Amino acid sequence: MQVMTDVLVKRAKELLSSGEVARVFGWGHGEFGYDTTPALFEDEESLGGFVYDGFCGANISKYLIAESKKEGKTLAFLKPCDTYSFNQLVKDNRINKDNIYAVGIPCAGKVDIDKLKEQGVSGIISIEEGDKEITVKTVYGDKTFVKADVLLDKCYACKGKEHKAGDEFISPELSEDTTNGDKYELVTKLENMTPDERFAFWRSQLSKCIRCNACRNVCPACSCLKCIFDNDNSGIASKANADDFEENMFHIIRAFHVCGRCTDCGECSRVCPQHIPLHLLNRKFIKDMNELYGEYQAGEDDSSRPPLLTYTKTDAEPSIVHERGGDK
Amino acid sequence: MPINEENKEFTPLIVAFCCNWCSYAGADLAGTGRLAYPANVKIVRVPCSCRVNPTFILRAFQRGADGVIICGCHPGDCHYTSGNYFARRRMTLLFSMLDYLGIERDRTRVEWVSAAEGAKFAATMNDFAAKIHELGENKRLGDLRCK
Amino acid sequence: MKRVSLDKLNELLSALSSSGAVYAPVRRDEKDVYFSKWSEGSDVDLTVLKTSRSAKDLFFPQVEDIASFKTEGKKISVIAGTPDGEKFTVFGVRACDARSFSILDKVFLADPIDPYYKARRDNSTVITLACPAPEETCFCSVFSIDPSSPEGDVTTWIKDGFLYWRANTDKGAEAEKNVSSLLEDCDETAVKEAEKQTKEIVSKMPLSNLDLSRFTPDELLPVFNSPKWTSLSKACLGCGTCTFVCPTCQCYDIRDFDCGNKIQRFRCWDSCMYSDFTKMAHGNPRKSQVERFRQRFMHKLIYFPANNNGEYGCVGCGRCLSKCPISMNIVKVIKTLGAEEK
Repeated sequence: MQVMTDVLVKRAKELLSSGEVARVFGWGHGEFGYDTTPALFEDEESLGGFVYDGFCGANISKYLIAESKKEGKTLAFLKPCDTYSFNQLVKDNRINKDNIYAVGIPCAGKVDIDKLKEQGVSGIISIEEGDKEITVKTVYGDKTFVKADVLLDKCYACKGKEHKAGDEFISPELSEDTTNGDKYELVTKLENMTPDERFAFWRSQLSKCIRCNACRNVCPACSCLKCIFDNDNSGIASKANADDFEENMFHIIRAFHVCGRCTDCGECSRVCPQHIPLHLLNRKFIKDMNELYGEYQAGEDDSSRPPLLTYTKTDAEPSIVHERGGDK
Repeated sequence: MPINEENKEFTPLIVAFCCNWCSYAGADLAGTGRLAYPANVKIVRVPCSCRVNPTFILRAFQRGADGVIICGCHPGDCHYTSGNYFARRRMTLLFSMLDYLGIERDRTRVEWVSAAEGAKFAATMNDFAAKIHELGENKRLGDLRCK
Repeated sequence: MKRVSLDKLNELLSALSSSGAVYAPVRRDEKDVYFSKWSEGSDVDLTVLKTSRSAKDLFFPQVEDIASFKTEGKKISVIAGTPDGEKFTVFGVRACDARSFSILDKVFLADPIDPYYKARRDNSTVITLACPAPEETCFCSVFSIDPSSPEGDVTTWIKDGFLYWRANTDKGAEAEKNVSSLLEDCDETAVKEAEKQTKEIVSKMPLSNLDLSRFTPDELLPVFNSPKWTSLSKACLGCGTCTFVCPTCQCYDIRDFDCGNKIQRFRCWDSCMYSDFTKMAHGNPRKSQVERFRQRFMHKLIYFPANNNGEYGCVGCGRCLSKCPISMNIVKVIKTLGAEEK
C-alpha cells in the first residue's frame, strides 16, 4: 500500500508545483497504522504525512464544500464511492466544481478496525497490509486476517468500482467491487417482522443514541448551515434525548431530510460511537423510492432530479403502506 | 390524549392538517351542512398539503395526538398546480418509515377532500376517529413529559 | 486480601445487590458493553476494558430533570427536583474511570456543591477492577494512574479463575460484609504476580511514554497561540462524540422544555464542540471550529491543571481515540504541540 501512497504523493507534488492546484485534500497518518485522519496539505513538504491505505474509509467529499470556496483549486482524491457524494454535493450547489480538481483513486474495500478488535485484536503496534491479507502486530502476538472478511459494512454494499466523477484517474483498474449479497437484506428482514418486533428492534438500537451528532456532522447530505435541531427558534431544538421520543424524532427527521440525496455512503453507521445501524433507515427510504418511483441512485450524476423533487400523476397513494410489507 | 376521569373513556386526540383551498373549505361545508364529526378532531389550516413538514406530524404525536390526518385537494386540483403531488410522495415515504419503526400504520392517513365534499370530510373524520379509538392511546410515538 | 472463585460471580453480585442496585459492565449486543443495572441473567463482561459509555453516566447522567413549572390561572407553581438518594454499587470500574470520579468531584463537589452529583457519590460504593491486558489506546499511566491497582472503595483483580478482593475504605468494608460468606482469605502472591504482568505490558504500550512536559499553566499563551491548532482541527466534524464518551467531560447546559401543560427544566450534557456551546445573548464566543476544538484540549491540558494543582483533566482511557469518527484525538494534540519548540 506504500506504493499507492507514493504514487498519489508524486502526482500531488506535480500538480502543486505546476500551480494547477493550490492545496491537496486526502488522508493523514495515524498513531497506530489504522487511525487515519482526513487532512489538508498545503505544500509539498507537508505531503510527508499523506497516506492512502486500507484504512482510509472516511469519505472526504463533505470537506470539499469549504475547500471549494477558497481561492485556487483543491486537489481531492476520491474513491469510487466518494464520487457519488461529490456529485450529489455539486448537484445541491454546495460544492463549486470549478474549484476542485478531482482525482479518482482505486479502492478494493476499506478495513474496519472495529471488526479486527471484535476478534480479539488488542495492543496494536503496527499493521502490514497486503493485497488480500492484513497482518496486525500486537504486544500480545501477531494475527493475520483475510481483508474481505473485515471490511467496513459499507463496503459490502459497494456501489461498484467505477468513478462517477473525476478530472483524472489513477490506476482505476486496481479497484474491486466488494459487494457481498443483497444490500437490502436487513431492510427486508425488518419489513417482514411484526410491528411489535420492529418497534422492539428500533427501540433497542435508538435508545443507545447519545446525540453526539456524529452521524449528522459526517453525512455529506447533511450540509445545512444550521441544523433544525440546533436552532432554538425551530421549536424542536434538542441537545440530548430527554425522552425516547426525541431519539425517534431526530433519526426519522434526519433520514427523511437526506432522503433522495443520500447516496448510501454508509458513513453514518461507520462513525456511530454506539454502533447503531443508522444506514438501515436511509436504505429503507432508498428501497421504497426504488420500488415506488423507479430505480434511482443519488450521486450517479450531478444533474438528474431526485424522486422527491418530481412526481407523476399516477403515483401510489400513501395508503399503499397498508398493502405492502409484513404483518400489521 | 385526554382520558375522561368520570367514565374512564378514552377520547382520542386527532390532528387534521387541512389545505386552505379544498379541505378546510370542505370542513366549513360540513359545518354549514350541520354534519357531525368528532369534536376531538383539531384542524390546523395550512396553505397547501405540501406545506406539511414531517416535523409537524411528529410534533403532533409528541404533544399527545393519537392520530394525524392530512387532507388536501384531489390530485390534479391543487391550487398551486402540483403541491399535493409532492405531498403524496413525501407522506407515502414518511408513513412507510413510521411503519418500519413499528408505529401503528393506521395512526396516520392522507385523504383528498375538495371544497364541495363536506359530507366526505365528516365521514372521513368519523371513520378516522373510530379507527384511532379502536387503536387506543398512542404509546409509541408520544413524549412522556407531555402526558 | 480475600478471594472468590469467578464461577461464583453471579452469587457475588447478587449478594452485593442486597444493599441496593448493582451496576456492572453488561453486554448489550455483540458490539456494546455498558454499565447497566445487574439482574439475574445479565451478561456481565469483565474482559472489556472500555465500556461504550463511561462510568460517569452513573453519577452525572446525560439528562437530569431539575425543576418543573406549572401554571394554573394566574398562579405559577415551581416543583423542585429531588436528588436521588438510593444506594447503589458500581462493580468492575477500571482505573481510568475510577480516577475520573475524583476529577468530577473537583468540579461538582467544590463550592457551590451540586446536590444531585453529591447524593449519588455519597450513596455509592465503587468496586474497581484491575486491567490485565491494556490496549494500544490506553495511556492512563501517563497521568500517574496505575491500571494494575486501581483506586476505589474496593479493588479487585482477576487471576487464574479467581477474583481477588481488597476493601480500601469504610464503604468498601461495608460492601465486604454483604459478601463475606463468599470470600475466603488468601495471600497476596497472585495479585502481586498480576500487577507485575500488567506493568510489563504497560511499559510496552506505544503511548506509555507520552510527553506532557509542555502542558503547564506557564505555557498557556504559547500553546493557545500555536499555529498548529488550525491543521489539527481541520478535519474535526464538530460532533460531540469525544466529549460524550469522555469520563471527565463535565460541561452541561440547562434547558427548558415546553410540555404543553408545564415547563420541564432539565440539564443535559453539552459539548464544547457544538456551535451553540456557551452561547449568550450577543452570540457565541467561539465562532469557528478551531476555537472550539482548542477549547477542549486547552481545558483538559492547561486550564484544568492550572486550577487543580496540576492535575490534568484527562485520564487516558482512550475512548476518544477509538470513537472519534475521523481519528483526531488528544494524543495527536499532545504529540503535535509537545513537539513544538517552546
